[in-house]
Amino acid sequence: MSREYETVIGLEVHVELATKTKIFCGCSTAFGAAPNTQTCPVCTGMPGSLPVLNRQVLEYAIAVGLATNCDITRYAKFDRKNYFYPDNPQNYQISQLYLPICRNGGVEIETADGGTKTVGIHEIHMEEDAGKLIHDEWEDCSLVDYNRSGVPLIEIVSEPDMRSAEEVIAYLEKLRLVIQYLGASDCKLQEGSMRADVNLSVRETGAKEFGTRTEMKNLNSFKAITRAIEGERERQIDLLEAGESVVQETRRWDDGKGESYAMRSKEDAQDYRYFPDPDLPPIRVSEEMLAQIRAKQPEFRGEKRKRYKEEFGIPDYDIEIITGEKPLADLFEATVALGSQPKKVSNWLMGETLRLMKERETDASDLRFSPENLAKLIALTDQKAINSSVAKEVFEVMFEENIDPEAYVEEKGLKTVNDEGALKKVIEEVIAANPQSVEDYRNGKEKAIGFLVGQTMKAMKGKADPGAVNQMLREMLS
Amino acid sequence: MNITDMTAVQLSAAIKEGKTTAVEAVEAVLARIEEEDKKYNCYVTVDREGAVAQAKKVQAQIEAGTLQGPLAGVPVALKDNLCTEGLLTTCSSKILYNFVPTYTAEAVKNLTRAGAVILGKTNMDEFAMGSTTETSAYGPTRNPRNPEHVPGGSSGGSAAAVAAGECIYAIGSDTGGSIRQPASYCGVVGMKPTYGTVSRYGLIAYGSSLDQIGPLTKDVTDCAAVLEALSSHDERDSTSIARDDTDFTSALTEDVEGLRIGIPNDYLGEGLDAEVKEAVLRAAEVLEKKGALVERFDLSLVDYAIPAYYTIAAAEASSNLERFDGIKYGYRAKEYAGLHNMYKKSRSEGFGEEVKRRIMLGSFVLSSGYYDAYYLKALKVKALIKKAFDEAFAKYDIILGPVAPTTAPKLGESLTDPIQMYLGDIYTIAVNLAGLPGISIPCGQDGKGLPIGLQMIGDCFQEKKLIRAAYTYEQGAV
Amino acid sequence: MANIISDETIEYVGILAKLELSEEEKEQAKSDMGRMLDYIDKLGELDTADVEPMSHVFPVQNVFREDVVTNGDEREQLLSNAIQEKDGMFVVPRTF
Repeated sequence: MSREYETVIGLEVHVELATKTKIFCGCSTAFGAAPNTQTCPVCTGMPGSLPVLNRQVLEYAIAVGLATNCDITRYAKFDRKNYFYPDNPQNYQISQLYLPICRNGGVEIETADGGTKTVGIHEIHMEEDAGKLIHDEWEDCSLVDYNRSGVPLIEIVSEPDMRSAEEVIAYLEKLRLVIQYLGASDCKLQEGSMRADVNLSVRETGAKEFGTRTEMKNLNSFKAITRAIEGERERQIDLLEAGESVVQETRRWDDGKGESYAMRSKEDAQDYRYFPDPDLPPIRVSEEMLAQIRAKQPEFRGEKRKRYKEEFGIPDYDIEIITGEKPLADLFEATVALGSQPKKVSNWLMGETLRLMKERETDASDLRFSPENLAKLIALTDQKAINSSVAKEVFEVMFEENIDPEAYVEEKGLKTVNDEGALKKVIEEVIAANPQSVEDYRNGKEKAIGFLVGQTMKAMKGKADPGAVNQMLREMLS
Repeated sequence: MNITDMTAVQLSAAIKEGKTTAVEAVEAVLARIEEEDKKYNCYVTVDREGAVAQAKKVQAQIEAGTLQGPLAGVPVALKDNLCTEGLLTTCSSKILYNFVPTYTAEAVKNLTRAGAVILGKTNMDEFAMGSTTETSAYGPTRNPRNPEHVPGGSSGGSAAAVAAGECIYAIGSDTGGSIRQPASYCGVVGMKPTYGTVSRYGLIAYGSSLDQIGPLTKDVTDCAAVLEALSSHDERDSTSIARDDTDFTSALTEDVEGLRIGIPNDYLGEGLDAEVKEAVLRAAEVLEKKGALVERFDLSLVDYAIPAYYTIAAAEASSNLERFDGIKYGYRAKEYAGLHNMYKKSRSEGFGEEVKRRIMLGSFVLSSGYYDAYYLKALKVKALIKKAFDEAFAKYDIILGPVAPTTAPKLGESLTDPIQMYLGDIYTIAVNLAGLPGISIPCGQDGKGLPIGLQMIGDCFQEKKLIRAAYTYEQGAV
Repeated sequence: MANIISDETIEYVGILAKLELSEEEKEQAKSDMGRMLDYIDKLGELDTADVEPMSHVFPVQNVFREDVVTNGDEREQLLSNAIQEKDGMFVVPRTF
């Protein structure tokens, strides 16, 4: 390759809002219901039905706008985007084009060289999600489920400010955190509650003008996004190098094959005939409304980092990890608030929690155990009622089922035996049964004591405090 | 006592006094339909069983004293674009030939609560697009005053049913004159209230920013009573307005002393039939004699209302009618190749000529490159028209003029030239653009014995002034 | 007629509106639309440079509903008008 190219990337990020009901009707947004059981005349485009805006959708959209430094549009409207597709029951989607709720914002991301840069946000608008199309496996047809139809989305449109896949991931991580902190969405890429379309063009390094861009859809993991960006960059450079030109089009990424293909067809004119939706009156955002939403804004990550350092004195590394997932931060703070020592809480989260999350491939938002139960578990170890290996066992059950550790330890008889007489009797038996090790210890082989502790713990079925066993052994062998 | 000649107020009084019953009343009207409807084709669907069952229920409630009021036990005909649960609703279109709504329009529920007995669904221009009821897929309706002539439209079936005694009163919808003009042609009273007064929830939309539901009745008293029952603030219609002045029957007083009435010179100019003009001016004299202050003035922009209206209505219609796609309800073509061909064939076979004409126009004026020049321009002209009315209402309480330039044309005369047909809406259309209330009352007949209608237009929320003036005229004219 | 509508325009609008017109209908549509646009061009006579477009006629604004579930399972009603259904879903020609 003779010339150097720069990649120019802008993102359209769709985020599903965490409301109880759909954007324009009182149907539930809960996941996993049987097809079409969460529908009504409004979200299925029945003749004569009319939309009414869910107030919470507006509040979340404004909250995200404020948190990403946007100007909030004081006079906003909804527009209809007209296109025919079976997942779109009215054959128009209610969205915002002319007067979106937020404009001109931006977020700061960290760059590879350790510096920071701002990715501009062109606008954020509110819109409704489409239904789900399912392939029929037996017949040559598709099936439509409208449960998702009308689920509220915000679309965050960035400026073409990113230059690499790393910057794209950093930007997405930043958005995800901000939105999670707001409680406006759980932002799960895999489950589709956060979706990113990538607008990408290339140009010779140093060129002033942007190249022709393509839009890539169907990217549902950070890995897929990275691969798609690399793939599309190469495809465009190959075209330019071959003296051909890039066609402005929408492409669908096939992550399995590692390639994209154009989605265009003659029937898909991409002329959406937007116009103000006559069924929805305009929105006037008042100072009071803004002040109320501002007052409800949570403590964001930067502030949390600072406070954790000052208030809890846990290591910077722990702070990074814990504040990096809102559910972890919430769990941490709630457990500490119940009286547990911050470092101990942090250790449980950084150690066993992360280990099990990785092993089970679950998200922080899927954590099931309560702060109350974690606090109880910490208290049990503090009181030396259980030893650390029992604690880990109990934690694993708690991680799965959120059991009450006190009750569980009681029920399963896992409490450390603090009866000195009983312990002494067992140690005497261990000493009698292992003369060689006793001999070794007395001859100065420090390691041998470990073996004897282990034998004792085994005989105690783990229900002893290894420290206490160690001490008693030494006393008895001295 | 001839039930089919009675007004709603007279009939409900007779039922209450025990002179007749709701069941006798509905049977009398059904018999009339049986006798006459072959001639006029007012109905698409007659619900004999449902009507009789409802009448029995209502009669029991009246006897128990739980149901009172001027509509209790009175049979009503509904335009076939109002959704009725369990009762076929076609919009007089092939595309909805088998559509049975699963819910009832809010306005219809309001009538049912007032004790109305629903006879069935009346014929109309397909999707309310037309001025003659000839664009119906179920054959034209004929004018009971002279079956050689059209009843007007689009609520032609409703107006004709009232005129023919095939109901006691009827409900229509008015997007550009669709209640007032057929009322005028059939010699009955028709009223379009201020936009937002009657819920549109369950009204199958034509032009959402223009559509309003209203009554067609035998006299002004019934008009006030029916409108009072229809009106409500509906939380499911975002454009519905909370009003505390919908006690319209309180305005049934003979008093126009000092009422300022303006007659636009523009409404008496070229194109207006001489006999219509004479009748309208005679009606103005009646009001003047009763104490009203009548003068002529120039209402500007009259010629611009039709092009602005057809741009806006066609644009909204093109979007509103996208949901008729052969998937969720209605007609699907028998043979097709793939999704888009299915859409095209179903819609092309399911929609009639006039509907397709307006969908094509509406899609064009919204399409890329034409939006500003056509659609946005029309919205600006709409703002100017509204302003012109505001200025007029600073001087006058009521604007008076004809409803239509001529009396009812003969069948088959109008459809050959669409623009000529659109020009017939010149006096009614601006009222919808500006969201104003307008009433049409009979004011004589032409040499051929065809009824002439007088239109009075009020400022927004001034229905009571219209009712008062119309009632006063009616009393004086008898 | 000042506005001449081309075959391509009619074809294009047909794609947008999902309408398939016969040759005869196309000719009629070209003439109708041309005449209608000539008529609508009359709006150009008015100076609207300083006029705000009016999409909603009344200053009604901020109409909201609260985020409370009010609807239950209405699948049976929803599907009662379906042209073709299977497994509680609408059947459509294969989409991809």
